[in-house]
Amino acid sequence: MRIQERMEKNIFGFLIILAIALSVGGIVEIVPLFYLEKTMEHNTYPGVKWDRKENQTLDSWQAGDGVRPYKPLELAGRDVYQKEGCYLCHSQMVRPFRDEKERYGHYSLASESMYDHPFQWGSKRTGPDLARLGGKYSNQWHIDHLKAPRSVVPESVMPNYPWFAENKLDVEQIKNHMRGLRIVGVPYTDADIKSAEKIKGKSEMDAMVAYLQVLGTMVKFEPGVDYRK
Amino acid sequence: MEAVAEQKYNFDVVRWFTVMAVVYVVVGTLVGVYIASELAWPVLNLDSPYLSFGRLRPLHTNAVIFAFGGCVLMATAFYSVQRTCGVKLWSSKMAWFTFIGWNVVIVAAVITLPLGINQSKEYAELEWPIDIAIAVVWLSYLFNFVMTIIHRKTSHIYVSNWFFLGMMVMITYLHVVNSLAIPVGLFKSYSIFSGVHDAMIQWWWGHNAVGFYLTAGFLGIMYYFVPKQVNRPVFSYRLSVIHFWALMFGYVWLGAHHLQYTALPDWTGSLGAAVSIAMIIPSWGGAVNGLMTLSGAWDRLRTDYVLRFFVISLAFYAMSTFEGPIMSIKTVNALSHYTDWTIGHVHSGALGWVAMVGMGAIYHMMTRLFHVKMYSEKLINIHFWMATIGTVIYVVAMWVSGLMQGLMWRTYDEYGALAYTFAESVEAMHPYYAMRAVGGLLFFLGAVIMLYNVILTVLMAKKAGSIQLAKTVDVKL
Repeated sequence: MRIQERMEKNIFGFLIILAIALSVGGIVEIVPLFYLEKTMEHNTYPGVKWDRKENQTLDSWQAGDGVRPYKPLELAGRDVYQKEGCYLCHSQMVRPFRDEKERYGHYSLASESMYDHPFQWGSKRTGPDLARLGGKYSNQWHIDHLKAPRSVVPESVMPNYPWFAENKLDVEQIKNHMRGLRIVGVPYTDADIKSAEKIKGKSEMDAMVAYLQVLGTMVKFEPGVDYRK
Repeated sequence: MEAVAEQKYNFDVVRWFTVMAVVYVVVGTLVGVYIASELAWPVLNLDSPYLSFGRLRPLHTNAVIFAFGGCVLMATAFYSVQRTCGVKLWSSKMAWFTFIGWNVVIVAAVITLPLGINQSKEYAELEWPIDIAIAVVWLSYLFNFVMTIIHRKTSHIYVSNWFFLGMMVMITYLHVVNSLAIPVGLFKSYSIFSGVHDAMIQWWWGHNAVGFYLTAGFLGIMYYFVPKQVNRPVFSYRLSVIHFWALMFGYVWLGAHHLQYTALPDWTGSLGAAVSIAMIIPSWGGAVNGLMTLSGAWDRLRTDYVLRFFVISLAFYAMSTFEGPIMSIKTVNALSHYTDWTIGHVHSGALGWVAMVGMGAIYHMMTRLFHVKMYSEKLINIHFWMATIGTVIYVVAMWVSGLMQGLMWRTYDEYGALAYTFAESVEAMHPYYAMRAVGGLLFFLGAVIMLYNVILTVLMAKKAGSIQLAKTVDVKL
């Protein structure tokens, strides 16, 4: 009680002790995640991450080759996903339960979102999880669904997104976004950034479909391997 | 009339924060009712980008947390710090800067969020230029508060100020670290963290926005306004010391429980859950300390409508700080996570605890700031019942729908296949989403009544010239 007594009379002492007490939890829980190798599965299972050879372009990547940075069109789709607040109703994080495996697919790995600035794991499933969405539906299904969800899923409560098809993408903007991501550690090459010119004339709809179709398809999961050992 | 207090302290800025808090609770809950209705009747999205759920939901959370919650915290902190320290605010100019700055941030949020300018981090959606403005305004609030305490006339720093200080320091940490991002345009940035690291930092922020902004800050309110309203000292000083330090040290560990069974390493989630369960004790320490302060004055609940707000808020506080640790237990979390149960839990805390204690404090301050009686005592009582019933309807609807969702997703039929499609679970939620919208509507209408009552009280004060009178009447300081 004597320390308390003194702190109550001296605000500087109070603030210092307070600042220390408030720091401990965060330091213990957050800082080790940056140093413990096992946090990211590709440190134990290198196949999880795409082993990119020199001169390989993003287009030479094949599904299952491992986690890679998003292509310009996919990144533009991800920007739309962020802008529209999709993360508020859809998670991108499959948990290791039997029902989730059957409904969505293999549980998610930390390495799968290593290039996601910020993460899009979500916290709520007003709609289903999207972590393994890629390849489950056709492009046309996605277009119909995004335009008018209830035309393909009558029970849905998702908003219609009729403006996606009308909004055109801006090449320079995507290039800027890729340069920004390179600064925070996404390994984009100059050639990757230049390849953004290919998205000229594409719409937000094209971008969303490209993004949704790549979700969860990057890693080829080996049967029987416990990635979270 | 408290002419002595009026002349001794600076209440001008407090009056503005108080009235704006009431305006923002009406706006914030209106948006809440609208988006709740969108989930029940999706046609309300009206095919407009600016009204779609994904863009309005951040507006709702930002409006109720930062606009309403922020104005309540700033009004009450500036009011009580002067009275507990026996001095005027250190800088009146800086307090006005805080008021104007905070409202500019709110206006910026109201404009940018419907436009889809969104960092896509929950409860931290605002883009980097606004984030910088928030940091500057927040530091002006902290600095003025600390300087006022330094110049205090009392020997000890009163307990409510400890809680306010804890909140101010922690929110500075959280906001700065969680908002670290690389700008790629005036209205777009990417978090410098990615994936699992970003997730852990986001929920360190996310849970502590709840733990400090909405809990520690509002406990500061409780520790000043509840004893003042019942005119009795805080039940136990010793309990307040213990629960203060336990809360400060412990709460920051809880964020990890939002990421159970995700790709976050197991040790982190388990650690977060373990501390979460332990947090029942300090949380209930606060609830007990508040409720026991009322012992011997319980009869006043019959006549004191403002006191009713405080009592119900402490009951909800005790309830939701029991529910939270339960939900952090891994087996419970496996069921509750991703469902409406979380939304129910948040709202039992946000409506039942935060809004109720905040509204009680606003009613308490109104008569002392404007030097007139409230326009209508009866309307306070009607507001109280609408808010309470609305909250109960809301929370019950979300408990039922949350449990149902969680159970439907994991139910198997006799052949060992999943019994329900996801779409079937969405369809089953409809009646509860409608019920939730009704509960929210009741709460919103109660807030409208409060705004009406407050505006008429202000007009009464203006007509009577009571503020001017309190400022000029000859009193001995």
